[in-house]
Amino acid sequence: MSTVITVPPSLDDNTFEQVLEQFAHVVDHEKLLIDARHTRWASPYGLTALLALGHARTDEPAGFAGPEAEDTSSYWQRAGFYRYAEELFELHGTVPKARQGASDSNVLLEITPVEKSDDVHSVVERIQAKSQSILVHELNLDPQATMRFAMTLSEVCQNIVEHAGARGWVAVQTYRWRQRLLGRRVVVIAVCDAGIGFRKSLETAQGRRLSDRWDDAMALEDAVIRGVSRFRDPGRGQGLAGVRRYVGKWDGKLSVRSGTARIAIVPTWDDDVPLTENLPNFPGAQVQITIPERVEAR
Amino acid sequence: MIQHMDVGAVVLRTLCGLYSNLVTRPTGMAVRHAIEARLADRAVPSLTIIDFSEVGLLDFSCADEVVGKLLLHHKEDHTEAYFLVRGADDHHLEAIEQVLERYGLALVVMELSGSARIVGKVDDDSRRAWHEVQLRGRAAADDLLLEVGGPRERLVAQLDDLTARHLLVRADDDYVALHTMM
Repeated sequence: MSTVITVPPSLDDNTFEQVLEQFAHVVDHEKLLIDARHTRWASPYGLTALLALGHARTDEPAGFAGPEAEDTSSYWQRAGFYRYAEELFELHGTVPKARQGASDSNVLLEITPVEKSDDVHSVVERIQAKSQSILVHELNLDPQATMRFAMTLSEVCQNIVEHAGARGWVAVQTYRWRQRLLGRRVVVIAVCDAGIGFRKSLETAQGRRLSDRWDDAMALEDAVIRGVSRFRDPGRGQGLAGVRRYVGKWDGKLSVRSGTARIAIVPTWDDDVPLTENLPNFPGAQVQITIPERVEAR
Repeated sequence: MIQHMDVGAVVLRTLCGLYSNLVTRPTGMAVRHAIEARLADRAVPSLTIIDFSEVGLLDFSCADEVVGKLLLHHKEDHTEAYFLVRGADDHHLEAIEQVLERYGLALVVMELSGSARIVGKVDDDSRRAWHEVQLRGRAAADDLLLEVGGPRERLVAQLDDLTARHLLVRADDDYVALHTMM
């Protein structure tokens, strides 16, 4: 008998919590099926977090039933989801065929694994080639934004290489956000891994004294807000600080989930809370950056 | 002795032409080691021009390795080595500036227009004093008093501090702008 985890119809960073709530109750060695048959839409976060979930399952691969809707499943294929899902899950049902050369103009970077420094170079080169026109012409960001965007992507990907101790996935997509921002376009970066997470990474720091209130939330505050790193080298910890500065400049949103907590740098257009604790435990780190189309002040 | 260090060329040489972008710590470390190897046998005092003209992207981690740690090591070793950056665009400088601020370091940057400025942690009064030397190319403290303002002791202390931080060169009683050594 399998435990079934139902993936919501619309899968993003918020609704993925529903998946994790179900996952938290799964016992080791229990047969597991991730049921995404009725899912119609997934954000880059949703797709990369699903892969991280498959990766977190170390004992035996979970089953995975993908979206039944043809347009959705074909989109997941074009976004690169099935290329890695095949390695992580036991796939059920029909897997859409990969079509040679098929691409989606909204996908700035299809799902890409990140494990070592070379992967970061490859991600940066690919994103530079594709992001220029979208960032400048569709999101009205200044031409220098392309470089800063690639720097941002580079730093969040390096976080996996330096701290996760495991493979992660990155994806970048642009879409029109109907729920918020009056339908403005956004570009979304999602970087998810199921590695050791921020708390364990910081605990490996030599000579670090842990306070009484040492938990995932505090580890996130240290890393994201205070630029603390597990390395004693004072030059470390600058990547996320730089990312935070750029995201602020673009009136964007940065959220980082790790373990049982989630921290967010929240712009005025969003009503998220800066810190959420006592979430269902999930290993690794899951990062999302949302950059909205710039509109001239009236 | 003046050494021109084209970072783009160093990248090509050390990393076999794999990367046009300076991203990730291992890449930055490799580039810094290559620069340090080229600087190892030079006579002192020396001026090294770090040229970013051929560099695409420079991220914070790589800037920390290439610029931050390069300067830090030379500061710790008390070597009479001077560095000057040129060919850097805005995003290069943002990364470099963040790194320098973190270490409390500063660097002279030649802009594309030919003018120079200090990037990093230097207070406004010292910046003004440095700027006046820069305009003149070479000046004694007394030459600058009228423009910068007194008291003289404070101005001398500022100029000596700029010299100790390798943003100016001392030649007898004069303070000399780095670009005049080029």
